[in-house]
Amino acid sequence: MNHEWVMQSGWISQLPALVVIIPFFMAFIVALVGWSHEDRAIFLTEIGLLLSFLASIGCLFVVVEHGPVSYRMAGWAPPMGIEYRVDFLNALVLVVITSCSLISVFFSKAIVQRDFRTRKEHFYTLYLLLVTGLLGITITHDAFNLYVLVEISALTSYALIAMGRGRAAFSAFQYVMIGTIGACFYLIGVGYLYVKTGTLNMSDLQLLIADLHDSRAIKSAFVFIMLGTWIKMGLFPLHGWLPNAYSDAKDSASCLIAPLMTKVSVYIMLRLMLTVFTPSYVFSNAIAGELVLALAVVAIVVGSLKALKQTSLKRMLTYIIVAEVGYMVGGAWTATASGLTGVMYHIISDAAMTLCMFMAVAVISFKRGRDTFDVLPGLYKRMPLTMAAFTVGAFSLIGIPPTCGFFSKWYLLSGAIDAHAWHYMAALIFSSLVNAVLFFRIIEKAFIEPVHAAGAEATVIEMDEAPLRMTLPLVFVAISLIAIGVCTNYIVRAVIQYAIPEGVG
Amino acid sequence: MTTVYEPLLLVIVLIPVLALIPIVITRRNPNLRESWSLLAAAATIVLVLSLVPRVLESKLLVMPLFECAPGIELAFRVDGLGMLFAIVATVLWFVTTIYSVGYMRSLKEHGQTRYFCFFALAITSTLGVAFSGNLLTLYLFYELLSLSTYPLVTHHQDEEARVAGRKYLIYIVGTSIGLVLPAMMIIYRQTGSLDFTGLGILAGQAPTGMLGVVFLMMVFGFAKSGLMPVHRWLPGAMVAPTPVSALLHAVAVVKVGVFCVIRVVTEVFGVELTAALSFGDVRPVTIVRCVAAFTIVVSSVIALQQDGLKKRLAYSTIGQLSYIILGATLLTPLALTGSVMHIGMHAFGKITLFFCAGAIYVAVGKKNISEMVGIGRRMPLTMICFFVGSLSVIGLPPTGGILSKMYLVRGTLDAGTYAFLLVYLFSSLLNCAYFFPIVYKAFFCTDEERQWDGPVQEPPRWCIVPPVITAVLTVLLFVFPDIFLGLADVYARSVQ
Repeated sequence: MNHEWVMQSGWISQLPALVVIIPFFMAFIVALVGWSHEDRAIFLTEIGLLLSFLASIGCLFVVVEHGPVSYRMAGWAPPMGIEYRVDFLNALVLVVITSCSLISVFFSKAIVQRDFRTRKEHFYTLYLLLVTGLLGITITHDAFNLYVLVEISALTSYALIAMGRGRAAFSAFQYVMIGTIGACFYLIGVGYLYVKTGTLNMSDLQLLIADLHDSRAIKSAFVFIMLGTWIKMGLFPLHGWLPNAYSDAKDSASCLIAPLMTKVSVYIMLRLMLTVFTPSYVFSNAIAGELVLALAVVAIVVGSLKALKQTSLKRMLTYIIVAEVGYMVGGAWTATASGLTGVMYHIISDAAMTLCMFMAVAVISFKRGRDTFDVLPGLYKRMPLTMAAFTVGAFSLIGIPPTCGFFSKWYLLSGAIDAHAWHYMAALIFSSLVNAVLFFRIIEKAFIEPVHAAGAEATVIEMDEAPLRMTLPLVFVAISLIAIGVCTNYIVRAVIQYAIPEGVG
Repeated sequence: MTTVYEPLLLVIVLIPVLALIPIVITRRNPNLRESWSLLAAAATIVLVLSLVPRVLESKLLVMPLFECAPGIELAFRVDGLGMLFAIVATVLWFVTTIYSVGYMRSLKEHGQTRYFCFFALAITSTLGVAFSGNLLTLYLFYELLSLSTYPLVTHHQDEEARVAGRKYLIYIVGTSIGLVLPAMMIIYRQTGSLDFTGLGILAGQAPTGMLGVVFLMMVFGFAKSGLMPVHRWLPGAMVAPTPVSALLHAVAVVKVGVFCVIRVVTEVFGVELTAALSFGDVRPVTIVRCVAAFTIVVSSVIALQQDGLKKRLAYSTIGQLSYIILGATLLTPLALTGSVMHIGMHAFGKITLFFCAGAIYVAVGKKNISEMVGIGRRMPLTMICFFVGSLSVIGLPPTGGILSKMYLVRGTLDAGTYAFLLVYLFSSLLNCAYFFPIVYKAFFCTDEERQWDGPVQEPPRWCIVPPVITAVLTVLLFVFPDIFLGLADVYARSVQ
């Protein structure tokens, strides 16, 4: 029935499982070893993530070479067993998750050391489990298994956020409440689907739903699932928890959570829209499409405006995430091939941009003690590498070529024009302009404003850069923003264009 | 028109940016550091000039780079217009580097390594715009130019620089993202291509009202052209060190603006479609013409009232830029030839004036015209150069400025738009009115008025040689205008 390449034997055939299994088992190893040898925790975590990264790269190559790959957990055939499946839609997302988490863990060693004097292995165990959850969500082809993994990633991220400073416990609690509601909505939707079809495998669901397009239960399932994922990704007006949770988390955790959590939620939305419900069903109701698009427009505008009001870097970035979620939801609901290409590309580019910005801000608050705007003056002199990376990330968020942010906008704008969604197009441009204001305000402060020591004249500024272990990964990510932009052609031609289902205009 | 593959285009664009590496490495040795800039400038001049003969033979030099996304390519392509602009930018970069050395060192400016780095980056961006083979490449280098010139405009890092820099970004980045980007996307979705061909990307499309709006978005979006009401950044940007004002805000940046407008008219919309666009009774091209004419007159009147010499020069530049825009939108071959030539002719004249303004500041520390009465006694050579430069900008012989202005004037006659003829002539009178008193008062004034007296004390050699060079070039362009005339002519014929 399905013509994908099912690998029969050899270690290559285990790659899809290895991507998820390695960090999963490594989490336990870290917990055990870390109990007696705390300092080895980070090393083991890095090894686990590196292996997982290599496995995900392997999966990507196999998919590009041979097309989608299916893996049956423990040999059980679907629909009884759980199917893992790597196709053009999730192969890149896997690489994004593994690479971001690997870079982030390497980068944050010093921050973790400062944040956690003891029991660092707890952090790393949670970190690995979170990555496992995210990878599992991305790779699984089973709607219920997806829910389980959503819960795993959610629970670990609650814990990671709660480890943060000040109001973190309260923010995490808020996040738990909202996140649980989101997961429940998703679960209710999946329940309806199971009742109507008797299966949880996504391919089977797709086949069976095709005959049930008029069913109200299916419609409710779709609405519940969409609401669930929107809560999870923080789409306006369901975004209230997101800025608190992300900005109150410790920098070591937010560098992982901020770039990946929303992007994986967007992936879930895309997966269910495209694979389970199929575009012909999802986009059949024009009024619903209009509504979602309008919601996305409001999300973009509100996120951008709220970002303008913030006076600390990290909090400002979290509101930009709210706007970016609007970008992606809007792009998907333009119901055009360009729009969908834009969303898939933006998952990659926004993860990279957000990682770059959160890392830069983490470096700044690591060296300067806080991330409010008053630490900015003289920063180009003090921390030239960090600020160079910050500037590249800012240009990418504004959408200046040849950074990847420009090409995201290129596709999203194309989608908006093809769908004649002028309000969405205007919102994208508006958000670019607001980002320009946001970041040039910061650049201006850091470049021009004189540094005043307490009561004294402007002081001579000495260079005071963070250790190389922090700046090198940061610069690497900044360069990769340009590299991703320059390689857009390859990414779209080799992978993304095959992920667009047939029949999307 | 034959197309020739020419990898040198890439080399030329890369030379300035590659010069960054030795500049940064040798930052502790200023003489060595500056020699890299001079070397790079000399190399680009030689290479650019080596391409001229083939462009004059109506050959089109191309250098496709790579596809950055399906269907959108980065590509270089050089025709008469691009060639002329590249010559102007590289020759004047060389002269300005000499001048920068004198100016920056005399005033003991800080952050000189940064200054020379971003200067080189700005030149790469300018050459990228000049050589761009499609709208995306143009947009990319246009944005890079905006960003790389920001640290130059705000070089002094004080409150004044902050205000100017903010204005600079709001007008230039704001319009390019807010207007050009969506306009470019609409064009791309409508035609599936962004490549310049000489006919116009949109050639053959129906002249809908929507395209009329896109046309206006494009013309006003390239705010570097200083068209009113998006001109306000330019007088503000005069807080920059004078070499920056000289090269970037009389030559590179502002000329990139009008260059883009010419491209929009001739290569994006094409002459035919530009003429055909209409909103019922009003044609977009007429709107642009009228705004340009308004800009010419009003900016000249404002220039009359300015006491700051650089401010006056800035408003004069705004007017001269609109000469070019008006010429391009008249849509006749003669006017187009004139406006393309004017890019070069005005550049040499205006940069001389800026050099002189900076030289006066270096020598005696004065910025205001009212403080320069009788200064011809103290700095005769500087003021003679200033006189030559102002002749060129007014459009009087024996300077190159008259030639391009002649073409522009004949273009208005060709187009039968006598009102614009009057605008050009009236503006020339105003130009006389705001330049000649400066020169006159510098040399001829009563003894009561006199603020300066001998002995002759010219600015340091590195500051006085560049304006002499450009003044001589301005005169030479009158005697030997062949290269510029030829290139402008090749271009005007290729797009009709």
